[in-house]
Amino acid sequence: MFAAKLLGWVLLGVVRLLTGAQARWWGCPPKAEQRIYFANHQSHLDLVMIWAALPEELRSITRPIAARDYWANTPMKRWITTEVFNAIYVERGGTPPPAEEGAPPPDPMAPLQPLVEALTSGDSIIIFPEGTRGHTGEPQKFKSGLFTLAEMFPDVVLVPAWIDNVQRVMPKGEVVPVPILCSVTFGAPIVLAEGEERRAFLDRARDAVIALQFV
Amino acid sequence: MNAFLRNLTPTQQVAALFLIVFGVLTVVSIGTLLVGFRERRNAAHGEAWLREFTDFRALLRTTWFMVVVFWIGWALGPGVATLLFAFIAFFALREFITLSPTRRGDHRSLILAFFVVLPVQFILVGTARFDLFTVFIPVYVFIAIPVVSALANDPSHFLERNAKLQWGIMVCVYGMSHVPALLLLSFPDYEGKSAFLVFFLVFVVQTCMVVQHLIARRYAYLPADTADAAPSGPHGTLQRWLAREPFAPNVSRSFNWVSWGVGMAIASVVGALLSFITPFKFGQALAMALIACVAGSMGHLVMKALKRDRGIPNWGQKGVGVTGANGLLDRVDALCFAAPIFFHSVRWYFGV
Repeated sequence: MFAAKLLGWVLLGVVRLLTGAQARWWGCPPKAEQRIYFANHQSHLDLVMIWAALPEELRSITRPIAARDYWANTPMKRWITTEVFNAIYVERGGTPPPAEEGAPPPDPMAPLQPLVEALTSGDSIIIFPEGTRGHTGEPQKFKSGLFTLAEMFPDVVLVPAWIDNVQRVMPKGEVVPVPILCSVTFGAPIVLAEGEERRAFLDRARDAVIALQFV
Repeated sequence: MNAFLRNLTPTQQVAALFLIVFGVLTVVSIGTLLVGFRERRNAAHGEAWLREFTDFRALLRTTWFMVVVFWIGWALGPGVATLLFAFIAFFALREFITLSPTRRGDHRSLILAFFVVLPVQFILVGTARFDLFTVFIPVYVFIAIPVVSALANDPSHFLERNAKLQWGIMVCVYGMSHVPALLLLSFPDYEGKSAFLVFFLVFVVQTCMVVQHLIARRYAYLPADTADAAPSGPHGTLQRWLAREPFAPNVSRSFNWVSWGVGMAIASVVGALLSFITPFKFGQALAMALIACVAGSMGHLVMKALKRDRGIPNWGQKGVGVTGANGLLDRVDALCFAAPIFFHSVRWYFGV
């Protein structure tokens, strides 16, 4: 426990030294209400960035999701992810692809189960609805997990977030990060309208994230 | 008074200098605080005054920060001072690289710049290897960076990307490393007082930049049709005389030769008046201050051109920020250009 706390401090120092880890609360204040932060995904470091950008009080009640195949493949990473970041493991591509019109999705609940548990127990979560890291600046289409969660937990506030510049700190395939200033911009919360279609909602959520890179 | 100061040991003299600076800062800060209180209770001034007041307070905070940094650097010895400047160079280079687009192929070069070149340069300074540290970046790194980039197998915008990186290293690392290098120059009869030389350089360059900034702000250039409306009296005369058309408006909207000249003149005289803390005579101090200010202010102009090329008003990220590193480069760029010129002028002229 002490080791995890110490490593957390060291990691926070390193992340701040390298990237500044600046949080810009543009559309909402940092507040201890139950939230789902959804952000663009360009690097494995996204998880670390958004963790470092949150204020101390929110960090302890906010759990990021981590891809199991990357973050659990060595004992060290597994320890950091669970003890320091307090992350929730999900299988890669965990949320199913959007189903065809009319056809019910295979079983949307299975991969989302750990997230549902975390939300039920009152924690906030950080998710990356693209599912996988993008190659270009534009986020890919959002997967439907966000919609399912929004439907299941109508009281949880949905906050879009744009993580800027992280892909330059550590591009795919590199191991040593370089110092470049990054920021996380938190936007105005969105709500799932009464009877809103899944695709329409997901596109709206994606637009809300994209719009934040220009503010 | 003068005899008393001369009888002190060098250490006591430097301590006295810091005491005076801290004293002046404390008085100014208390004054500002009182004015702020009075203003909050009954607002007597307009919005423009308030804006200027806020600006002034920001300037005061920066000054405090810099003086404290210098004091820590001096109190803990040249080694710690060198480390402090290494960190300033690191943050400045971080800002520079953030706002210069890099590609994936630059990743290894960036690692080289931040984690090899920067520490090595400051270690060379710290160990006083003058012959090597003046050529390490312009010669060895100049070759090494493009080699690493070429090995990354990405030819697009190759020259542009490497030029950016080379420039960043040259300004932020090479320039900045010459400030602590001054601490290690050994003048005859000047042992233990090199901290004064650093103070002299920083103070003179900052004076010149602040004077130019104040003139630009106070006597902004008005287009011809509104210029007639300038008030008469001494203020009107000054307005007509100082508010010239910007010389290179595409680069800097405030730069003109008259206000530049005024800045140079004031800073050089200030430098000459400070000659008693330096190993220079009055005339020499005047000339050295002038050299440092010309290099610094011209360097600032060059950095403005780079900023304009990137389409940004300042090096801070997107104008907002609380990370503490924001806009650092705006404050130190003049120093980065002035330091190497000043250092080499001093070494060449005095043969130390």
